Amino acid sequence: MEKKDTKVVSFLNANLVWSIIGSKIMLNNEVFQITLLSLEISGIATLLSLLIGLPLGSVLALKTFPGRSFLLSLVNTGMGLPPVVVGLFVAMMLWRSGPFGDLNLIYTPTAIVIAQVIIAAPVVSGLTAAALQALDPRLQYQLLGLGASKIQMVIILWREARLPLLAALMAGFGAVISEVGASMMVGGNIRYQTRVLTTAIVLETSKGNFDVALGLGILLLVITFLVNWALTWIQQRAKKA
Amino acid sequence: MKETSSPLLEMHNVLVKRGKKPVLFVNELALYAGEVLAVVGPNGAGKSTLLLTLARLIQPTQGKILYKNVPMDEWDDLSYRRQMSIVFQEPLLVDGTVMDNIILGLRLRGISKKEAVKAMQPWLEKLNLSEIAKRKVSQLSGGEAHRVSLARALVLEPQLLLLDEPFSALDPPSRLRLLDDLAGLLNHNHRTTLFVTHHLKEAARLGDRVAVLLDGVVRQVGTMDEIERHPLDNAVTNFVASEI
Repeated sequence: MEKKDTKVVSFLNANLVWSIIGSKIMLNNEVFQITLLSLEISGIATLLSLLIGLPLGSVLALKTFPGRSFLLSLVNTGMGLPPVVVGLFVAMMLWRSGPFGDLNLIYTPTAIVIAQVIIAAPVVSGLTAAALQALDPRLQYQLLGLGASKIQMVIILWREARLPLLAALMAGFGAVISEVGASMMVGGNIRYQTRVLTTAIVLETSKGNFDVALGLGILLLVITFLVNWALTWIQQRAKKA
Repeated sequence: MKETSSPLLEMHNVLVKRGKKPVLFVNELALYAGEVLAVVGPNGAGKSTLLLTLARLIQPTQGKILYKNVPMDEWDDLSYRRQMSIVFQEPLLVDGTVMDNIILGLRLRGISKKEAVKAMQPWLEKLNLSEIAKRKVSQLSGGEAHRVSLARALVLEPQLLLLDEPFSALDPPSRLRLLDDLAGLLNHNHRTTLFVTHHLKEAARLGDRVAVLLDGVVRQVGTMDEIERHPLDNAVTNFVASEI
């Protein structure tokens, strides 16, 4: 028991943590570049998912058309898409002999963005649809009855559902910043080109560099926390307003 | 009586179905400019369907609706709806203050905030809302929220006002108070109004004429006196008797 405690204490030793975070992570240009690339790829993927998911989720929630519930089921299933399956699908599409091989996108950041959009768009769409369906359905009639155009009505409904919509955005970002399978398969984890935080963690772990992998893991958690903290701050400010 | 004026709205042989099931049939119904037509019937009779059809929020399966002598389908949705306003059973306010809600319809029509606030002032006074104009809607009582909903509709000065049991969710004293206020406002403005209710007394209190709607069919239209003295059939007789 005493031995275990000593191990834990030595593991959490401030000097060791400092050495991991300080010398190997914070002061390392490569880590800075990986972090920036991770944020850039996942940020763009989340933004594109929002551009797809917000209108798609709104149509699914507000319009009635044949096949709507089937489409909604597809989107809801897509919310749980395994990233490796997405990676496999995108890799097959972008592979040099694949249908989009001529675009030369395999093992590029763009390929990772494409895969991450496929992962995050159903999350944003599904949660947008759920957020809008949670509103009183008569509110649509009320807004149209007050003279709102269809677009004005949708904008007001988005405003009414802004708290769950921001949660949808956070969920979309969380899904892509933390995924590793798709990024590895379509990005190839190429140093200075497609290496992101999650793929770097896998690489360092496979090399036995647990201290660096742990440091990168902490960095990933901190970044995810900071982004979600900012979004939560906006969300709660919107609630007060 | 208002029938000497031209009808603002006419319905001829209108059938509305939900799925394959007919939910409303109106053989002939006219709403004359300046009159208050109260549509009365029990719950589930098709009153709200009638109102939603007139607001063009539900499409009829067959028949003809004329607004200002022009067939409904020749009107552009938006320009038609911007001549009317609706008050539903629930206030259905949006997040924000009382003022934000009252000026919402005006703002949707592209009117500047300054102009909209100016137009709102008389209605704040008429509906006793001046003191709570800046209050958040989440802090309102049920009665206050309904007043805001009414002010939001009236500030638009609509050519057609559609009221769907607007105070039925309130307790009886609040409902009676608001009905009195509404009756005063409607008498003063002579605004063409279709008022839906399941209380015959409310219909008699507010309506210049009353339309009895039973099982999805408009059975009889006339003054309250005519309906009480000369009910058209047994169904109307039974409904009137059950309400007295």
